[in-house]
Amino acid sequence: MTHSIKDNPITDKKAMHQKTIADIIAGLNAGEFTSVEITQHYLNRIKQLDGTYNSFITVNEESALAQAEAADKRRAEGDAPALCGVPIAHKDIFCTNGVRTSCGSKMLDNFVPPYDATVVENFANAGAVVLGKTNMDEFAMGSSNETSFYGPVKNPWDTNTVPGGSSGGSAAAVAAHLTPGATATDTGGSIRQPAALCGITGLKPTYGRVSRWGMIAFASSLDQGGPMARTAEDCALLLNVMASFDPKDSTSIDREVPDYTANLNQPLDGLKVGIPKEYFEEGLNPGTEQAVHDALAELEKQGATLVSISLPHTKLAVPAYYVIAPAEASANLSRFDGVRYGHRCEDPKDLRDMYMRTRAEGFGDEVKRRILVGAYCLSAGYYDAYYRKAQQVRRLIKQDFVDAFEQVDVIMGPTSPSPAFEFGAKGDDPVAMYLEDIYTIATNLAGLPGMSVPCGLVDDKPVGLQIIGNYFDESRMLNVAHQFQQVTDWHQQAPTGIDVEGAE
Amino acid sequence: MEWETVIGLEVHAQLATKSKIFSGSSTAFGSEPNTQASALDLAMPGTLPVPNEQAYRYAIMFGLAIDADIAKTSVFERKNYFYPDLPKAYQTTQLEKPIVGAGHVEIELADGTKKSIRIHHAHLEEDAGKSLHEDFHGMSGIDLNRAGTPLVEIVSEPDIRNAEEAVAFAKKLHSIVTSLGICDGEMSQGSMRFDVNISVRRPGEEFGTRTETKNLNSFRFMEDCIALEVERQIDLIEDGGKVVQETRLYNGDTKQARSMRSKEEANDYRYFPCPDLLPVVLDNDYIESIRQTLPELPDARHDRFMEQYGLSSYDANILSGDANMAQFFETAAKASGDTKLTANWIMGELSARLNAEDQSIKHSPVNAEQLAGMITRLVDGTISSKMAKQVFEAMWNGDGNADEIIEAKGLKQVSDSGAIEAMVDEVIANSDKQVDNYRNADESKRPKMLGYFVGQIMKASKGQANPQQVNEILLKKLNDLI
Repeated sequence: MTHSIKDNPITDKKAMHQKTIADIIAGLNAGEFTSVEITQHYLNRIKQLDGTYNSFITVNEESALAQAEAADKRRAEGDAPALCGVPIAHKDIFCTNGVRTSCGSKMLDNFVPPYDATVVENFANAGAVVLGKTNMDEFAMGSSNETSFYGPVKNPWDTNTVPGGSSGGSAAAVAAHLTPGATATDTGGSIRQPAALCGITGLKPTYGRVSRWGMIAFASSLDQGGPMARTAEDCALLLNVMASFDPKDSTSIDREVPDYTANLNQPLDGLKVGIPKEYFEEGLNPGTEQAVHDALAELEKQGATLVSISLPHTKLAVPAYYVIAPAEASANLSRFDGVRYGHRCEDPKDLRDMYMRTRAEGFGDEVKRRILVGAYCLSAGYYDAYYRKAQQVRRLIKQDFVDAFEQVDVIMGPTSPSPAFEFGAKGDDPVAMYLEDIYTIATNLAGLPGMSVPCGLVDDKPVGLQIIGNYFDESRMLNVAHQFQQVTDWHQQAPTGIDVEGAE
Repeated sequence: MEWETVIGLEVHAQLATKSKIFSGSSTAFGSEPNTQASALDLAMPGTLPVPNEQAYRYAIMFGLAIDADIAKTSVFERKNYFYPDLPKAYQTTQLEKPIVGAGHVEIELADGTKKSIRIHHAHLEEDAGKSLHEDFHGMSGIDLNRAGTPLVEIVSEPDIRNAEEAVAFAKKLHSIVTSLGICDGEMSQGSMRFDVNISVRRPGEEFGTRTETKNLNSFRFMEDCIALEVERQIDLIEDGGKVVQETRLYNGDTKQARSMRSKEEANDYRYFPCPDLLPVVLDNDYIESIRQTLPELPDARHDRFMEQYGLSSYDANILSGDANMAQFFETAAKASGDTKLTANWIMGELSARLNAEDQSIKHSPVNAEQLAGMITRLVDGTISSKMAKQVFEAMWNGDGNADEIIEAKGLKQVSDSGAIEAMVDEVIANSDKQVDNYRNADESKRPKMLGYFVGQIMKASKGQANPQQVNEILLKKLNDLI
């Protein structure tokens, strides 16, 4: 089952935003356009369209054009690194030297870091042009982007619905063609779920593959940065730059970064795909389920074998996660105390008053809820029942996957239980919101890489197919996704309303 | 009725690494506030800790020195509490899996008694910054230079029974860490700080309720504070009261202590393993390679000093205890060639002056070479013991080395026997009465009567006559008159 897309010639300047990153690199190499031209094109689109989507918190018009100019100069001098002149956007969780980094929170509304995250540095070294910083759930806590201090991001497919979260700004910006690619982070599904809901491709790498230095921590043992783009090939190009061993991050793994584009064209003959029965039980939208089954059938046609497997501890993933992640967050967010940077309440009458009002004013409700839950789980008398128990569950969940990967090469299922929902639909029910990540959370607990690729539309809303790989098996996942995208065009679908006149 | 005191110590020793435990900032003492605070030390968002291997090596060296088990797997945890000089609002420390397990330290008391004090464990952690409450007009200043300085916290079992043992134990730890070179031992700069847990009980009974007095940074304060607290607890119980478990602060200047917080007010620190730091796994080869690099330890040095320098156990203890002291002694003894005299001068005049001015031997205004130079002149008879004190005083005040001072002050002792004889003759000639008394006195009383003559001769020589020669010549001449 395939859909056709509008036949815009991709060499036309007006259609520049329809180019993939691979197209852009080719176009820049061929001299079809300059980095300044394409950067200006995206900046114009952001100006024209982002009032609707709210996907950016900060747009760096001036520095982006300066970077583009520098990139064009480098290219002219014959010194063009991997992403020379390619525009991207960073999730506003990555610290950018001299550029406000808010993490979606009032607490950091005035925070300008004096350093770059390693990820930001990696992209700068690769010559990428940074268009701006994308919107997100506050401190990456949310699955709908409704918790951002800067207001919710609208899903470009239907602006009454959420883009997912927490990387909703990056996902919506890519979906609305306001940037060809973006960085994002994933603690419990924050790359994959918004990628699914916005109809784009997103990859959460193996824990330790991408440096966390300069990436504002939510839950340190789960957080992992990764790329979002329209295609698997583009994700591979971005991951090539994003992944690195970083001595500044003690949890970074000293392992060579392969060329993730090298295996994209491997045929899928003999590929064993595990289908966990627990991922197709109650709570899954029938349309979503159908789209995933269709996608799996397509892969079978290409030579993959589907193997029914069980991940028996799946049901425990969400509860374990909502102990471990808040516990870590409760400590990680303690540094926001009004003493050294960030928000501080007016006229504190003493230290205690300063702490209490600063944090009461600076944090939103969801962040406060998680800090409270986390502090509770670590408290004397509750630690064993909650935190220690959750860590035991975490080991069991990891073991489920280790056992499964003895039999299969990749595991597949839906990314999220249903397509994008309307704003406010889950606002009063945190648990319903938490269940958005029911299929994605386990991979974070296990530290495994996971991906979402567009695999269908339900009521004109995108559906994501999740691909879970073994540790450091991103190349294989990208290969599978790329092969899937060679025979389907879900990733080429675009929401309506984004094709406005671009450059003047 | 009799009371027994039970004491346990928690000792924080700052490790002498060049950089902090989790950042590259310098650990140097005394810099302008916040000039040694990086983004990580300020707990800026997104920053991550990287453990300092040297801090680990130092902690392992300590563990090996006290014969402790070194943990093959150790884990950093977060201890959560809000305080302005704790930038992350948690301290990174070790709880369930510390790097150093159980060990023991031998102490020797003044009467020669030896005792073994068990160490429960020692762990690595980061120091906090400092809150400055003066000069900020009702506000507080925060200096984060110290934040992140590596500490090893050494926790003893409650094996100590009195202040003398506590001080001996504390001094022994000081000696071990300075001998290992893992801590500079500068107590006045806070390089070593002691928390003292004290309780009292009737002999044979269960432990009583304890109090903890925190952050003592001198041996004398510790001794005074223990005496004060033991007395307070005994008075309290004998008056029908109860000791409350609490944290106390002792002010060494006013010699007063006050309660800081009770157990009820204590924080729930919500410890959990730090997810930014992986468990540190060590193998035997690594630990053994560190064992090979251990320098001479205080106990071995003590025995060597007794054997090599013929010192008593007590003297050897004093001179070998502190690594800087030991080095001072060995340098001075070698240069002067007179071990006994060198030992006496160090333990006597030098130590007295250092103590009086609360100065460590490392910062002694008179260095080992200077002291040896003075002792050399004492031995070769150039100066008398009395003159030596003058020379020492001048060296202390920075007037140069012994020879320069002797020259400048004209302190040379007159050892020319002809000149001394002339002076003796003159004094005898002018002291008819005293000579008569001497002649008529009982032989047993005569030695005491020499003082007058010696005094007159020294006065005549302006103190420069060699006293030994004066004595000999005077005695001979007086006896000739009998």
